[in-house]
Parts: sequence; structure tokens; C-alpha cells
Amino acid sequence: MSRSSRSSALAAAAALTLVACGSNDAPAASRTGTPGGPAAVTGDITVFAASSLTETFTRLGKDFEAANPGAKVTFNFGGSSALAQQINSGAPADVFASAAPANMKQVSDAGGVSGSPKTFVRNKLQIAVPAGNPGKVTGLADLAKQDLKIALCAEQVPCGAAARKALQAAGVTAAPDTLEQDVKAVLTKVSLGEVDAALVYRTDVKAAGGKVEGIAFPEADQAVNDYPIATLAKAPNAAGAKAFVDFVLSDKGRAVLGAAGFDGP
Amino acid sequence: MTRAATRRRTTRARGRPPVVLVLPAVLGLAFLVVPLAGLLVRAPWTTLLGQLFSEEVGQALTLSLVCASLATVICLVLGVPLAWQLARGDLPGRGVLRALVTVPLVLPPVVGGVALLLVLGRRGLVGQYLDAWFGISLPFTTAGVVVAEAFVAMPFLVIAVEGALRGADPRFEEAAATLGASRWLIFRRVTLPAIAPGVVAGTVLCWARALGEFGATITFAGNFPGRTTTMPLAVYLALETDPGAAIVLSIVLLILSIVVLVSLRDRWIGGAA
Repeated sequence: MSRSSRSSALAAAAALTLVACGSNDAPAASRTGTPGGPAAVTGDITVFAASSLTETFTRLGKDFEAANPGAKVTFNFGGSSALAQQINSGAPADVFASAAPANMKQVSDAGGVSGSPKTFVRNKLQIAVPAGNPGKVTGLADLAKQDLKIALCAEQVPCGAAARKALQAAGVTAAPDTLEQDVKAVLTKVSLGEVDAALVYRTDVKAAGGKVEGIAFPEADQAVNDYPIATLAKAPNAAGAKAFVDFVLSDKGRAVLGAAGFDGP
Repeated sequence: MTRAATRRRTTRARGRPPVVLVLPAVLGLAFLVVPLAGLLVRAPWTTLLGQLFSEEVGQALTLSLVCASLATVICLVLGVPLAWQLARGDLPGRGVLRALVTVPLVLPPVVGGVALLLVLGRRGLVGQYLDAWFGISLPFTTAGVVVAEAFVAMPFLVIAVEGALRGADPRFEEAAATLGASRWLIFRRVTLPAIAPGVVAGTVLCWARALGEFGATITFAGNFPGRTTTMPLAVYLALETDPGAAIVLSIVLLILSIVVLVSLRDRWIGGAA
């Protein structure tokens, strides 16, 4: 083997090692945000939030950045249970906003929450149907019809647990064709017209625009989802975390959440 | 083929392999194997047996095996001729076609699933006619799982077989042609035996990819126990509430695929080489 090819192989190996280290350091980089002074909040703030908060929190993040130049809010949206596990496995997060108290409890039981979580919004289920309502769905009882295509969330995720509660309250045994992994996946099936009806949050129906119609039903009141938010014990940017939570709980934050269809706590 | 084998033998005879090759190789192996070790270390061994024989696991496992195998058969039937066309046919724009074949490799599987819905879904480009004329609706069915898996796995087979075809010496085929054999006869009796190891390797890759398929499956076929919940879907949902159970399921899938792949390798690839 010639000298030059050997050294280039070594360089490649070194580069590989560097890449490996680099990816190791990635979480640390977001930790470098200076814990800002009492007045202005600066640095990176990492917020783990339930996927049903995608639209509202993205908006709130922009507003927060506008109010606090020097601060940068980064979001990790996902299923609440997956997020809880990531936090418990040491993901460098500052704030956790969960779609269900159970997932917040997973984190607080592991000692991951600083202070006590606060409920900041509530969300209700609605029956979502494709535009034009091709299955002629009128109420929860239609979800038991075998000839309709029905999508629900899997019971392991909060929207599935809420759906089970609502169906139980109505005494309906649903005949689902699929149990989806999160609420956005359910919504995709509805907006593509692949299913005739599904149970999703009211806010998701609203966010989907004209492609999806929502039908309210009385039993939804018995399956209201509380959304807790908390700063995390191992928050790399504790001051930023507190400022962001305060911002969500402020009147301005409530206005944005309310406009999206969330109920106040 | 034979030339490559000779070369391999002489390298082996020349003694110690160079450090610059061994070191990255060891690192590479560790990189691939250590995560598996992590799974084994964290497995809840005490409850493992109980979970192993639950009805849920059996259902998901059977479904996974059946669907992955059916998808592989579809890939073989469609993929080998496609690879032959790409390697031997005189199609115009072969380069573009070859790139198109690899699209499912690059596409995030979830996007692949959405694409399948847009074409084969109840309101899809083709699916609406399937539904209206034949009453066939693929989403949320076991057939849908097979379709999703075949879509994602076929490129692996096509690329492997095409590579084998391009490595095979076309002079044997030409000789057969001069002796008066038809192209179909040549394909069956000359080409196919020559590329058999490549086909087997591609089949194994294809099957393994289909077995582990998650994104396209859950998007296109949904998730319903006994109908469309394959092992990867079961693992994902178990992860939501019970990481221990998820690890058990992963280990089952892992052991099974290793057993199948190793036994196939000994029997087919080992025998052919």
C-alpha cells in the first residue's frame, strides 16, 4: 500500500472518529446557553411538547423570541409518552408540556420535574370526518358500524386513552379498522379520506382546516384531557425554562392557545 | 466470480492483514453490535418467558413472517425481471430508470406510505377504481401490509440482482445464443444459475428489510392487532407504555431473523460460493 493512500485512510478514520464525537457533543452544544440574568432571558431553551401542541407552541416560541431577543426556543414535538421516556433517559430538555398527566407523572416520579407541574390547557375530543362527511356520521354510535372505516388512536397514547373513556361513557363498542400511533397520524387518514370517521382532539380538527369536519358529542365532556407543563430538574437553561413556562401561562399565551380551540384550565 | 475467488485466496495467503484495515473493521463491527448488546443487557429476563408466549406476540410474529415472506415473493417475481431489464435490456434512459428504482431507498418510509395511500388508497389515483369496480380496498388490510413491505424492500433485491448480472460474463449467454437457445431459455438455464448467489443475497436483504418495515406499513396499512400489527409496530406501541415489553419483542424479532438468515446463509450462500 502506498504512503499516500495509507495516510488518506488514516485521515478518513480520524474524520469518522470526529464525526462520532461531534454527534456526541450535539446535546452539549444546546447546553451552552448562558443562564440569563434576572431581566433578559438568553440562550437556547429546549421545549419537549406533545404533538397536538405543534402549531400553537411553534407560534408561542416565535412570540417569545420576539419578546426576548437573545433567546432561542427549540422544540421537540412528539407523542407525550415517547417524550417522557426521552427525558427520563437524559435528553437535555428545559421544559416538558405533556398531553396527559400520566406522562408528566412518569417524569416527576423519576425526579425529573422541578417544582410542580401546572395544567395550562384542556382539550376535548371531537369526531373528525372527511370534508362532506361521506360516511354520514352523526354521533358516537356510528363508530360501532362495521361497514364504516374507523380510525382511533392506540390506547397507549393519550388520545387513545381519552377515546376509550368517551366510548365507555357512551356505552359504544367501537369497530376501529386501525389504531394509530399518534393523533396526527389519525388526522392524516381522515384528511386523505381513507377513513369515514375518527376521534381526535378538537384542536386538531381546527388545525386541519377545510379538509376535515368536526362533530361535537356530549360524552366528550367525560374524557377531557388536561395538559400539564413543567420546568425540568436537569434543565440546562433553568432561567429560560421558567420564563417560557410563565409566557405560556400568561394572558398572551392563553390567547394563542384559546384561538386554537383549547379550553382554559 | 472465479477470478475474485482466486484474489481472495492470495490475500489470505499473504499473512497478517494491515492494521489500517483491521482497526476500522473492528470499530465498524462494534458500532453495529454494541447496540444489540445494550438491548440484551436491559432485557427484563425474569418476565421474558411469560411475555414471549403471550397471544399478542404470537399474532404479531406470525403476521410479520407471513407478510415479509409474501412481500419477498412479490419482489422476486417482479424484481428479478426488472433487474434483468436494467442490466441486459436495451431500454432508453436506463440511468434514469435505475435511479427511479432506488427511490423507495431514499424516501422516508412514512412518506412512502403516504404515497401509497395517494395511489392505492380508497380515494387514490388507482385505488378509487379498485374500490369501485372490484370492491378491493388495500389500506387497513393484511394485503396492504404486504404491499407496503414490498414497496420498501424491492430496491434491495433489484440492486443486488442487477449487480450480479453486470458482474456475470455475458459471453456464456452469447455462446448459448449462437447455439440456438431462445432468450427465455438462456435466462433460465444460463443467466439465472450464474447469478444465483446474487439473487439469494438480494432475497435475504429484501426479506430482512420487509421484516423490519415500520413507517410505510403503519402509514399505509394502519395498526390493528391480528390484521396489520406486525412486530415492528407492536414494538413501537409497547415502547409507549412498557419499554421492557418492547425490548422483549425486539429480541424475539432479532433472534428469529438471525436464525433464519444464518441458516439460509449456510444452506444457500455458503453452498454456492
